[in-house]
Amino acid sequence: MAQTLYDKLWSSHVVHTEEDGTALLYIDRHLVHEVTSPQAFEGLRLANRKPWRVDSIVATADHNVPTDRAEQGIADPTSRAQVETLDANIRAFGALAYFPFRDKRQGIVHVIGPENGATLPGMTVVCGDSHTSTHGAFGCLAHGIGTSEVEHVMATQCLLQKKSKSMLIRVEGELGKGVSAKDIALHFIGVIGTAGGTGYAIEFGGSAIRGLSMEGRMTLCNMAIEGGARAGMVAVDDTTIDYLRGRPFSPRGDQWDRAVEYWRTLKSDEGAQFDRVVDIDARRILPQVTWGTSPEMVTDVRGQVPAPEDFADPVKREGVARALQYMGLTPRTPIDQIRIDKVFIGSCTNSRIEDLRAAARVVEGRRVADNVKLALVVPGSGLVKAQAEAEGLDKVFKAAGFEWREPGCSMCLAMNADRLEPGERCASTSNRNFEGRQGAGGRTHLVSPQMAAAAAIAGRFADVREIV
Amino acid sequence: MKAFTTLDGLVAPLDRANVDTDAIIPKQYLKSIKRSGFGPTLFDEWRYLDVGEPGQDHSKRPQNPDFVLNQPRFQGASVLLVRENFGCGSSREHAPWAIEDFGFRAIIGTTFADIFYSNCFKNGLLPIRLPEKEVEQLFLQCAGTPGYRLTIDLDQQVVRRPDGHAIKFDVDPFRKYCLLNGFDDIGLTLRHADKIREFEARRRIEQPWLFA
Repeated sequence: MAQTLYDKLWSSHVVHTEEDGTALLYIDRHLVHEVTSPQAFEGLRLANRKPWRVDSIVATADHNVPTDRAEQGIADPTSRAQVETLDANIRAFGALAYFPFRDKRQGIVHVIGPENGATLPGMTVVCGDSHTSTHGAFGCLAHGIGTSEVEHVMATQCLLQKKSKSMLIRVEGELGKGVSAKDIALHFIGVIGTAGGTGYAIEFGGSAIRGLSMEGRMTLCNMAIEGGARAGMVAVDDTTIDYLRGRPFSPRGDQWDRAVEYWRTLKSDEGAQFDRVVDIDARRILPQVTWGTSPEMVTDVRGQVPAPEDFADPVKREGVARALQYMGLTPRTPIDQIRIDKVFIGSCTNSRIEDLRAAARVVEGRRVADNVKLALVVPGSGLVKAQAEAEGLDKVFKAAGFEWREPGCSMCLAMNADRLEPGERCASTSNRNFEGRQGAGGRTHLVSPQMAAAAAIAGRFADVREIV
Repeated sequence: MKAFTTLDGLVAPLDRANVDTDAIIPKQYLKSIKRSGFGPTLFDEWRYLDVGEPGQDHSKRPQNPDFVLNQPRFQGASVLLVRENFGCGSSREHAPWAIEDFGFRAIIGTTFADIFYSNCFKNGLLPIRLPEKEVEQLFLQCAGTPGYRLTIDLDQQVVRRPDGHAIKFDVDPFRKYCLLNGFDDIGLTLRHADKIREFEARRRIEQPWLFA
């Protein structure tokens, strides 16, 4: 029978199935960071257990780390304690690789896994972080998990999981100029809603997806969780294989050839059945901007802020009214008349080299507008930062008035010092515009790196297609 | 893990859709390396008028009198009534830890985000999915009835209203079994240790590059 990519990844990892279909799924790669792991390590200790397979673990410190003056260490004592706890836990239990604070390969866990070849096609990948869906870009089954599951995977190398339904999001056609993977992501979430993918694993397919780089595919799979799906994935093709060749943990020699032969089977078969198929015409996607406090509250840069009465459902209407009040927006305001205070280019969604290049192209030879108090570029990892500096991108950003920072999660969730003050409005390349996400009272608008750069220059949202 | 069998509890209604885990427990409290003590900062930004920090005495902070959990009639609630897509966003298990630590044992809504739903079961917290019509009725009855209580029987998979109306709910048999008995998943999984080892040995031969 014709199988979906998800069927193949699922069935090749089932160790045991309970009567009700709950499966024990073998886990190949366990990514660990400082925020969701301390209680799991503590649980192992209390039960006198050891990790089942230490060489499946790749760890880094990312959520809490400061992005300025890294040489001075972590000023906040509770953040520092959490990062030091991870150091101690890895020392005690071990890992295949650990990229601690200030290591030159340290970075956001979802950036460093792929760039080191620690994420490979056909793997199951888990991490105590919802954006683990990112790794599905490599034809992996990648799930975000809770801390109890982190402990469970450490102790047993397995995850208890029921098979999800399958959804194909098929994006055909060519993307317009200035339109990126981030715009596909925000657009599809606008179409299916933030709960649309609940209970599903999403495969992204179609010519527009095949045309994306690995960076673009990671951006898209990263946002699968914002559409409610715990896993997003893309079939393996030449783009995948070319990206992985020569990475530190990629297979070599004969093993590389054997691996590639297998990886090429990681795609949905002709005629495979999905529980739901959503068709999207790439040519109709314009640069997206969110206006509310949920990623589904999104329109394009030519659009306007809606009014609560546009929505028939009373719960939704109430939600829109509350969002507009929180966001300080008036119905019918054109998106390109919304002025901003801060700009954030970074996060596991959009901090890779391609993202920085795209933003730098918009910024080059221009200045950040006077009303923008802070424009931050936070590279996803030390390697991304070094690559960008080798290409001179740091100079482009700094000349325009951006700050060029050290790698980390930074203002995506504001666990470190990078944050919005109450009432501040931000054009952000991150993934969540929830109330308080970037700082209590902060107002987040999600956009692509190109659109964030355009907003920084204009001081308000602006159609990047008119700038480049 | 605390077992869950039956519950007769006061209901607190949280009448908004898409409540995300950032709202349930904001990021500054995630710096803790413990899994307890999150109850006082549950729904922190809605519950208090100031911005809270870890290590503070939260009982001294100014409360938002409009927020439902601060209203006297809902003190002591153990059933949280919610709208669709509750628990969306971040996978932080601090969210169910905070809800449980506050005193809730069950959450009733139409839909829950996948990771949050799964995290609840690991913490003795029962999330119950009911049809929208039933949830709407519960919101109406709760609003109109001071001291509104529901009884929940996990074994029978039923929620009973004060007027006697019984609503059946679905739950995965395996999750139900674990929760009814308060079983720790890890212990159960390790009963299959031989199967895991066999699977791993086979994988090591078929895809050796995964074990480099």
